[in-house]
This record gives sequence, C-alpha cells and structure tokens, in this order.
Amino acid sequence: MLEHYLGLFIRAVFIENMALAFFLGMCSFLACSRRVETSFGLGLAVVFVLAVTCPLNNIIHNYLLKEGALVWVPGVGRHLADIDLSFLTFISFIGTIAATVQIVEMTLDRFVPKLYTALGVFLPLIAVNCAILGGSLFMAERDYNLAESTVFGLGSGVGFWLAIVALAAIRERMRYSNVPAGLRGLGITFIVTGLMAIGFMAFAGIQL
Amino acid sequence: MDPKQRQALLDPFFTNNPIAIQVLGICSALAVTTQMETALVMCAALTGVLATSNLVVSLLRTKVPPNVRIIFQLAVIASLVILTDQILKAYLFTISKQLSVFVGLIITNCIIMGRAEGYAMQNGPWLSFLDGIGNAMGYNIVLLFTGFFRELLGSGTLFGYEVLHNVADGGWYTPNGMMILAPGAFFLIGLFIWGLRAWKPELNEPE
Repeated sequence: MLEHYLGLFIRAVFIENMALAFFLGMCSFLACSRRVETSFGLGLAVVFVLAVTCPLNNIIHNYLLKEGALVWVPGVGRHLADIDLSFLTFISFIGTIAATVQIVEMTLDRFVPKLYTALGVFLPLIAVNCAILGGSLFMAERDYNLAESTVFGLGSGVGFWLAIVALAAIRERMRYSNVPAGLRGLGITFIVTGLMAIGFMAFAGIQL
Repeated sequence: MDPKQRQALLDPFFTNNPIAIQVLGICSALAVTTQMETALVMCAALTGVLATSNLVVSLLRTKVPPNVRIIFQLAVIASLVILTDQILKAYLFTISKQLSVFVGLIITNCIIMGRAEGYAMQNGPWLSFLDGIGNAMGYNIVLLFTGFFRELLGSGTLFGYEVLHNVADGGWYTPNGMMILAPGAFFLIGLFIWGLRAWKPELNEPE
C-alpha cells in the first residue's frame, strides 16, 4: 500500500513533472526564474497550494459534481442518483483555487509574516498558475481517491519546485556567457528548458 | 479603420506577440502542437474565447466594482470556456479527447486574463474585440508554426497526410522523434523568438 503511494509521489515529481513533461505553469516558470531566491519562494507556495487544493477539489468532484455523486444526501439521495454536474467542474475548481489562495494568503500574513513577505506578489499570482488547475483536472480525469490526490498534489508541487529552482540556478550562471543578441533573455531560456526536459525524459522508462 | 484600431488588431501579430514578446499563454502552445489538427482546433477555441471575453469584459467594465474585477473576469472566462468545451465534446469528440485538460486550461491561459485586465478594462468594446482577435492571431501564428514543423519533421505528415515518405513504409525519411517530444517544442519556440528578434532588432532584451 505504502509502495503504491510512494510510486505515485515519485512519478508526479520526476516522470510526470508538471513543468518539464506537461508544460504547465510555464508563464511563471519562465518569468519568475531570474533569481534562485524568488523561484524558491514561488516553488514553495506552489507546493503548498497544490497539496491543499488537490484533495479539496477531489472532495468536491466525488461528492458534488460526478455523475451519481449526490447519492449520499440523506433522504432524497436516491432521487439525485442520475444528476451529472460535471459541466460545472472548471468553474468550481477555479473557485476553490482562488478561495484557497486567498485563505493561505491571510493565514500566512497573520501567523507567519516572515514567509508572507518573502513570497510577496507571487502568492496571489498562483491563482492563475495553470499547474494548480492542471493538477486538479488531472486528478479528476484519473479518478484518484482522497489519499491519492493528496500525494499527487504534493508530488506535482515538489516537481515544479525542483524544476524552477534548477532553471533559476542555470540562468544565474548564464549571466557570464556570451549569448547571441536575439536569443538573450526569453529565447535562450526556452532552449535551456528544452535541454532540461530532455534530461528529465531519462526518468520516463522507469516502471513503478 | 483608423490607426488606433489597426494598431489594436495588427500589433500583436508580431511586434507585440503574446507568446514571443509578452510571455503569456505558453503552456497550451507547447502541449497541443504535436499535430496540426489539434493545434488548429485549439487556435479556433482560443480565438473564440479571447475575442468574446474581451468584448464582454469591456461591455461590463463600468458596472463592475474594481475590487471584485478578478473574480468577475474569471467568471466570464470560465463560462465561455465551459461553452467551448461542451461544443467541442458535442461535435469534435475525438479531438476533444486528445486535447484532454488543455481546453479547461484556457481559463488560466494568461493571454485571456492578461488582455482582459490590461486592455479590455480600459477600452471600448469594438477596440477590445479587435485586440482580442489580434492577440489570438499572434498566438495562432506561433501555434501553427510550431505545429507545422513538429508534425512535418516528427512524423513526416501534415494534417495526418503523408508528405515525407516514411522509412517504415519503405520511403526515405527517418522521423525525428525529438520533435514529437516536449523538448522539440521548446527549441522551435526558442528559434521562433530568435528569428523574430533578428527581423526586428528593437525587440532585443538588454541584459
């Protein structure tokens, strides 16, 4: 049993890396990776929000939206068995995410002000990071249960964290290199990300 | 069409391209471009959502209190995406399966939020609509460029029809597997940006 969850975690971190295998969260991945410090903070916030929203959305998906999900309602449950609300998936997932980000922001501000100031503007921006919504949508598509979705959320977050810190470290070193004028900045970042993705593909053959 | 409208429509094609210059909406651009067909459907879906969301946001911009504008924009965009997703599922089911979660991810596609927040909230409906079409075209140019080379070099086909005769069928062309995989898209977009900046040197980043 434990092996199953461990395998899921490793797969989410390395083999199905959010940034380098699925291209999710690319905008902040490319835009916020100039310095290791900021990318570290952003990565940490992504880990936290993914680990919270994935199980939350899993509960919403399994007990409210999925076809026949409403049977648990006492009394009228069996009349609601053929109701399928899955067309509301997107809007309720994004609602949960926006609300979670808001709550996380207020909690951190109140209890851990140091981390709050360190994260700064990246915290609210996470609401529109596609890695977060993508994590919830993959979770719904693959029909994970509550425990699996928690592990998957945590793993995807750690994978994103790892990737963005690695890219930031490479970009900091690249300041000393002589890059052609037209490639400077965004262009070379794309190419470096491509090379990193090739590196991560080495994990693809692993069977778990 | 006066100059301001022409600028709103044509600037995002190249000089202010959403992907190559504004760094918006990259995720979907990379993920759906292994084939021309999926890329084209994604282009159509995004063009529809972006133009309509810009139009709606701009029409309602004076009625919405500023502190709830983000959630208002998200609600407009999410409703439009749900509509698109249902249409795709009804008429193009196999392609909608291939696009999987990426249609849903149009909601968090930063081009749409970025244009709603940065343009439609300040400008009239007609200008915002043109800006939406222009930015969608800029996105489509990059998407179709990437999709064209990835499918042609990666599988030797275009829209599923064989163009370069494949070795596996007794031809001469050995498909370049890297193009189908993730890194191929990164390299192609990197090269696209390089080409664009070589053509218009004023876009170079000082660093």
